[in-house]
Amino acid sequence: MTPPTADVMDATTPAPLRERPPASVYGPVAWMRANLFNGIFSSLVTLILGFLILYGLYGFIEWGVVNAVWSVPRTATGALDPTSCRLVHGLGACWAAIGDKWRFMLFGRYPYGQQWREALCLLLFIGLYWVSADRRFWRRELGLIWVATLVVIFTLMWGGVLGLSYVAQDEWGGLPITLILATFGLALAFPLSVLVALGRRSTKLPAVKMLCVVYVELIRGVPLVALLFMANVMFPLFLPEGVNIDKLLRAQIAFILFAGAYLAEVVRGGLQALPKGQAEAADALGLTYWQKTMRITLPQALRLVIPPLVNTFIGFFKDTSLVLTIGILDFLTTSKTAMADPVWQGVSTEIYIVVALVYIAFCYTMSSYSRGVERTLDGARNR
Amino acid sequence: MSQTLEAPAIALEKVNKWYGTMHVLRDVTMNVAQKERVVVCGPSGSGKSTMIRCINRLETHQEGRIIVDGTELTDDLRALDTIRREVGMVFQSFNLFPHLTILENCTLAPISVRKMPKAEAEELAMDFLRKVKIPEQAKKFPGQLSGGQQQRVAIARALCMKPKIMLFDEPTSALDPEMIKEVLDTMVSLAESGMTMVCVTHEMGFARMVADRVVFMDRGEIVESGTPARMFEDPQTDRLKLFLSQILRGH
Ligand SMILES: Nc1ncnc2c1ncn2[C@@H]1O[C@H](COP(=O)(O)OP(=O)(O)OP(=O)(O)O)[C@@H](O)[C@H]1O
Ligand SMILES: [Mg+2]
Repeated sequence: MTPPTADVMDATTPAPLRERPPASVYGPVAWMRANLFNGIFSSLVTLILGFLILYGLYGFIEWGVVNAVWSVPRTATGALDPTSCRLVHGLGACWAAIGDKWRFMLFGRYPYGQQWREALCLLLFIGLYWVSADRRFWRRELGLIWVATLVVIFTLMWGGVLGLSYVAQDEWGGLPITLILATFGLALAFPLSVLVALGRRSTKLPAVKMLCVVYVELIRGVPLVALLFMANVMFPLFLPEGVNIDKLLRAQIAFILFAGAYLAEVVRGGLQALPKGQAEAADALGLTYWQKTMRITLPQALRLVIPPLVNTFIGFFKDTSLVLTIGILDFLTTSKTAMADPVWQGVSTEIYIVVALVYIAFCYTMSSYSRGVERTLDGARNR
Repeated sequence: MSQTLEAPAIALEKVNKWYGTMHVLRDVTMNVAQKERVVVCGPSGSGKSTMIRCINRLETHQEGRIIVDGTELTDDLRALDTIRREVGMVFQSFNLFPHLTILENCTLAPISVRKMPKAEAEELAMDFLRKVKIPEQAKKFPGQLSGGQQQRVAIARALCMKPKIMLFDEPTSALDPEMIKEVLDTMVSLAESGMTMVCVTHEMGFARMVADRVVFMDRGEIVESGTPARMFEDPQTDRLKLFLSQILRGH
């Protein structure tokens, strides 16, 4: 913070520490005065909002911590005795229910003794995100890592080889389903959307352009739920006799097609926003269409649309919960099923809070990562 | 006119172009000899940019023939590739690639189009950056440079492809007055090196100093052409007289 003052000082005396402005213009007090108590109206708003926030916080702490039941005793038969939870119902949270149900929420009806396999899949997913987020790994090999992880994840989920017992897809459920749908959905929808966006802007291939327009408009015109139903009921009709692709794959395909159409429009927006001169300069230098696209237009267009792109990503991450309409048990569905347990009657807020926290954790990570990327790119070129 | 027996570098024969129903190039016929330096001028909207952009096929013409360096411009993609390699272009709005460094801007095309090894391309780029007098900016991004510096980078970028012909479309008209000179100086030294140049500009001083020929366009036609001295001191047509009087008043 201290500006260099070499011209007024000789090298032997250390610089005095009085360069910091006085507290009236700098520091927390000044900040509060400028932002919270800047005039009568502002002070009033600050006080009222402050009161409401504290009041809400107080209520939440009383419910969630002070009066909360963290564990319940077991009866002589070994079953959990939820009486203490019933007693505080409405006054305190029953976190004991989460302690009992978390495995069902996370893993659904996957065989209890095999749930470590789903847990391992979750870790693999998180590792995959971690590696993909790091720019040092942005190389060709990353594609191989993705394919390898995919193979390992599906081997673990299905089993039937390497001494793992076979688990039918009907029994899969919980957070891994959500992550499978979201990860592979977006990972495949994104390249698809880039191709569609490029196709829709093509001037030389009118047939391709038509196809892209029809695809985007058709898919965007249909609710995702309808598309999922169609995928569930109609795909099998188009396939030859005897070929039966499983339900999750059908949902996954519907999902990729849906997300692809929306993302394509976002990407097209970015391409549209680029000055025409960029493509012209690339043409004038003799770059081929793909060289121009991969080196000049696409990188700039994608950088422009990072915020709406991430917006769409987050939206689709949450939309995976709609697969419950065709009977696939994602994280939200298994959590809601957990609520139905008669032992924990009346415990729902607690479960919803946990579900919300999990969704927020993923979505917030996505958005803060994207902000980081934007900052790095901004720093790199100082526009 | 410095017409020689050699085949012309650029030949336009009765070129016509329409935008919708608007006729923007009317029977344009023009030859540019090897190493000739032609300045194109004319009022706004007269079709100067359109004509120069037809030469490297950023725009397509609808009638007539355009032959560049012995290759006729058609829908054939191979012909287009050949021509784009041999013809460099500098734009009014620089059009540098903002996400690449100055050096990357210059090496991109030699590496990906000419398949030049990276080290060689960088050496070449530094050579040209030295010629346009900004080698010290090589690691910066275009947004960190002044307009004049950016335009000189754009010239260096085009030269890195070692083109036989350079096209300039009003290279100085987006610049502040104090930066115009540095860009014109670069262009003058390029002209002295024997490059074939077609340059749309209203810089009459530049035209006098380097042009072999000035071409005056109005409403899509070439109205008059000749040496700079003849054109500026003894205009034959009323349209050129009017144009010159407006330019002189403007300056
Ligand atoms: N993409 C386009 N679509 C339709 N009309 C166009 C297009 N580009 C140029 N024109 C029109 O063609 C005519 C010639 O334009 P051109 O840009 O060649 O003029 P110019 O001589 O370069 O003018 P200036 O000195 O203003 O750059 C103008 O009337 C212009 O409005
Ligand atoms: Mg123009």
